[in-house]
Amino acid sequence: MAAMVSLRKVSKRYRRGAQSVPVLESLDLEVEAGEFLALMGPSGSGKTTLLNLLGGLSRADQGEVRVAGARLDQLSPRALARWRARHIGFVFQFYNLLPVFNAQRNVELPLLLTKLSREQRRHNAQAALALVGLADRGAHRPSELSGGQQQRVAIARALVADPSLLICDEPTGDLDRASADQVLDLLRRLNREQNKTIVMVTHDPRAAAYASRRLNVDKGQLGDDATTVAAT
Amino acid sequence: MHAVHQILAVTSMNLRGLPQRIAPSLVVVTGIAGVVGVLLAVLALSQGLSRSLVTSGRADRALLLHAEANSEAASALTRDSVSRIIDSAGIARDARNEPIASAEVPATLRLPRRSDGALGILTVRGVGEKLPALRPEILINEGRMPARGLNELIAGRAARSGFAGLDIGQHVVLGNADWTVVGSFESGGDAHESELLADADTLLSAYQRASFNAVTVKLLEPAAFDTLNRALAADPALAVTAMRESDYYQQRSQKFAKVLAIVARLVAAIMAIGAVFAALNSLYSVVSARTVEIATLRAIGFGGGAVMISVMAEALLLALVGACAGAALTWLLFDGHMVSTVGGGGVANVIFRLHIGGGLIAVGMLWACAIGLIGGLLPAIRAARLPIDTALRAQ
Repeated sequence: MAAMVSLRKVSKRYRRGAQSVPVLESLDLEVEAGEFLALMGPSGSGKTTLLNLLGGLSRADQGEVRVAGARLDQLSPRALARWRARHIGFVFQFYNLLPVFNAQRNVELPLLLTKLSREQRRHNAQAALALVGLADRGAHRPSELSGGQQQRVAIARALVADPSLLICDEPTGDLDRASADQVLDLLRRLNREQNKTIVMVTHDPRAAAYASRRLNVDKGQLGDDATTVAAT
Repeated sequence: MHAVHQILAVTSMNLRGLPQRIAPSLVVVTGIAGVVGVLLAVLALSQGLSRSLVTSGRADRALLLHAEANSEAASALTRDSVSRIIDSAGIARDARNEPIASAEVPATLRLPRRSDGALGILTVRGVGEKLPALRPEILINEGRMPARGLNELIAGRAARSGFAGLDIGQHVVLGNADWTVVGSFESGGDAHESELLADADTLLSAYQRASFNAVTVKLLEPAAFDTLNRALAADPALAVTAMRESDYYQQRSQKFAKVLAIVARLVAAIMAIGAVFAALNSLYSVVSARTVEIATLRAIGFGGGAVMISVMAEALLLALVGACAGAALTWLLFDGHMVSTVGGGGVANVIFRLHIGGGLIAVGMLWACAIGLIGGLLPAIRAARLPIDTALRAQ
């Protein structure tokens, strides 16, 4: 199986005033296409930084970042934006839906960056909403939906342009248990039935249990990746 | 096409959020409305005065003053000079083969203004009997022309509307004598409508003066001005300067209009600086309130350019709303109103009509757009350059 993600000796530092704080140090990582990887670790361990590097939201200071066949460290900001539109679907902890748009319009947003016609965009957005079980909620604004429903709309938005990789940052961090299970079930179904590659950051071991592989991030380093979990 | 979609989506997001930011948005709109309103009002004054003076002059009429004078008031021409002038070549003649010319005497009259009751100054122009042929644009709309040898005068439409005591049959005191208003006239909205007209010889007698101030003549054709000039130069007994009437009024209007136009732009520029800061403040608050949403769109793949243009579009929209409000208010308050210059220092009032037309409104719109674009630029750049990963954590 081809590697969807390949990181070689990647380092990233942040500036805090006069100080330069290392976050990731000489990190290597491979994620195969079709994998569902959970990244775990304490706050400040660098897992969200790693996720941002994979999603092309920030750049490494050193090393090689290859995702979906592209060397992200070599792309211009504009090319990187186009690459994100084509290859990455993001799911955020707080859903990040645009409150002024209804669910249908929120899901349609990534398709505005494609050549699809208006009708095709509407059709695909409706199909994505149906996939997450919210076909009848297209006209509702985010404020009219529960947290779990909002996160499923966000997943529909992440999926609608058929990206190569889903990047999920604490997707259940703001949800109750039942809603979290629904969202995790959905992610697992997308991974298994549609072969979507997923990298998910989570604090929650129960959420991580849904992934096919778990890695611990601590002090900018990856722990053993030997743990392969068969989710229940 | 993608770029257009992106811009529309982000702009739509920003605009739909406007009701939540109604107060800062209103500050921007009000500030820009104020700028546009003041700009249009003062420019309308400048243009109205200029138009009134410029339409007073025609290319086929010439004004003759003493060679050392640069205005009617400073000029003096003897009866002998006037006779020699009007017999010169280049001047049109009527059916009786008499030159179409008017030796004129301006005097001043103080009357209470209708607007505030304060005394204002009007010009009473003593004119010759050939006036109807010389100035066919002067039409009697009520009463009759003053009779020669009698203390009678007629009032221009603007003078009557701006000053009290000029209705037909009313009397004014001029040169220690009692004069009767016997008619009123209009002349296409030019500066003469702010004047009173009387018989020149009668006016000279009233003031016990012997010399006229100026002579206005009708040229055979506009090109005959050169012929007249040569004829005047060839007469060693004459020391006069000839000017096309249109040039004379153009010069007078330029002086006033330029000052007003400078004042308009200066006041508007000072107000515009305030409006720019209001726009900056409002749009920074937009970017600040939308940080996570903008970062989300950028993460999805929306370009920084689309975000930047959408913020500028919002600024432009607020500016245009402000411009429309300012223009509408100015139009309602001033369009069609008659106003008068302040005739201090012995200078006569000119009364003219304000017109807030399409050209002026376009100028106001351009100013508003400039304010919007300048005020929107820095917030737009900030929005476009938000570091996505940091901005996403701003919630």
